[in-house]
Amino acid sequence: MIRNVEVLVVGGGPAGLCAAQAAASMGAKVTMLERDYVPGGQLVKQTHKFFGSEKQHAGERGFQIGRMLLDEIQADPNIEILPETTALGCYEDGVITALQGDKHLKFRPERTILATGAAEKFLAFPGNDLPGVYGAGAVQTLMNVAGVKPAQRVLMVGSGNIGLIVSYQLKQAGVEVAGVVEAAPRIGGYLVHAAKIRRAGIPILTGWTVKEAFGKEQVEGAVICQLDDKFQQIPGTEKTIACDAICLAVGLTPLTELCWQAGCEMKYIRELSGHVPVVSDDLETTKAGIYAAGDVTGIEEASSAMVEGKIAGYSAAASLGHSPEEAARLRQEAMEELRQLRSGPTGGKINAGIEKVKQDGGVVHVNLYRYSH
Amino acid sequence: MSDSNTILCRCEDLTRERILECIHQGYCTIDEIKRVTRAGMGPCQGRTCRMLIAQELSNYYHIPMEEVMMSSFRPPIKPIPMGVLADAYEEGGDQK
Repeated sequence: MIRNVEVLVVGGGPAGLCAAQAAASMGAKVTMLERDYVPGGQLVKQTHKFFGSEKQHAGERGFQIGRMLLDEIQADPNIEILPETTALGCYEDGVITALQGDKHLKFRPERTILATGAAEKFLAFPGNDLPGVYGAGAVQTLMNVAGVKPAQRVLMVGSGNIGLIVSYQLKQAGVEVAGVVEAAPRIGGYLVHAAKIRRAGIPILTGWTVKEAFGKEQVEGAVICQLDDKFQQIPGTEKTIACDAICLAVGLTPLTELCWQAGCEMKYIRELSGHVPVVSDDLETTKAGIYAAGDVTGIEEASSAMVEGKIAGYSAAASLGHSPEEAARLRQEAMEELRQLRSGPTGGKINAGIEKVKQDGGVVHVNLYRYSH
Repeated sequence: MSDSNTILCRCEDLTRERILECIHQGYCTIDEIKRVTRAGMGPCQGRTCRMLIAQELSNYYHIPMEEVMMSSFRPPIKPIPMGVLADAYEEGGDQK
């Protein structure tokens, strides 16, 4: 049986939660698919305080923001949340399939908002499949959600905000952090996070990378080495670091399988960390009725994901005739909010990326696979 | 760099050495490499290896990442038991 739904939100992270809330507040009936047993996305494990303005709940901790949003949307009779439900496919006729336990569900939404978020990037180096090589996200989940100490001594690879924050949280959890290596000549994340871990005595080595991991049954250590200005390893600079885990915080990439399957036009944009769907100002993709919000449109921060969610939610609701004037006004407000967020220190790169998406030209990719119907 | 123990596709246990071997043999797209090695056909369905293989193709053919031909994307995104599909079919789930 195919269920007809009005607005289907795929993903219950910061973008999805805000999209559902925005669309429902205009009077749309919303169904949200969430892979995990509780929505919140990455917010559920973020124990650090957020920056930004009050509108994006600055000063609150990530998991508290997630809980707050969830409380609000759970109380909304217009929103149905389907937890432990993973979207499986998006077909060219707009049907979305999902797996819930051992049930295969099908939905035919009038509007779809893809808020599928991102996946961690992996790094190619010898020994990278040894037990003890983790993504930073996994380490954060183990510590902050499951309450499991992931290792005794960790080498962090990557000094973006995730690498810096997780290093500090490891330290708080009683794990020794041998150091943070960063391939670029500069620290990637905010100074305030970097300063915090330097004060805690954790070295940050810029212009260094992990050359290999070694160990018999699991990671026993790593060889790191210096990089030249072309990111080539400099022979003779190798150093050995004893550690039982290597934590990769080398960035995220948009999780766009559903966009591809839907037949959206896609572009590879370095500034946005991967392939992203081409979207309008309303965040509608090139497939009418399918919107995208949050990290799936380019890697940014939770605060901007929340605002993008609102924009997509208001736009989708308005396009269905729900309070179009009110929705247009709120959408405008959200766009202003987003402009302000992107005027910050990391905004330049994001804005350049978005500009590239909008520009004509560049290579546009469309899924190679054609459906037979 | 030792390619023989650098894993590009974790799910199917494929090394960088194996992927480069394919590229040197003339397989020039992610999908072709998938068909001869199963790269991207495991539990994560290419989330880990797809762009690492794209990077290798980009390096070998000297084309920017922007232009590397992507793989095809088909449902389902993650492996599901055949029984789940069979049940859905019996319930009339095949109807359009």
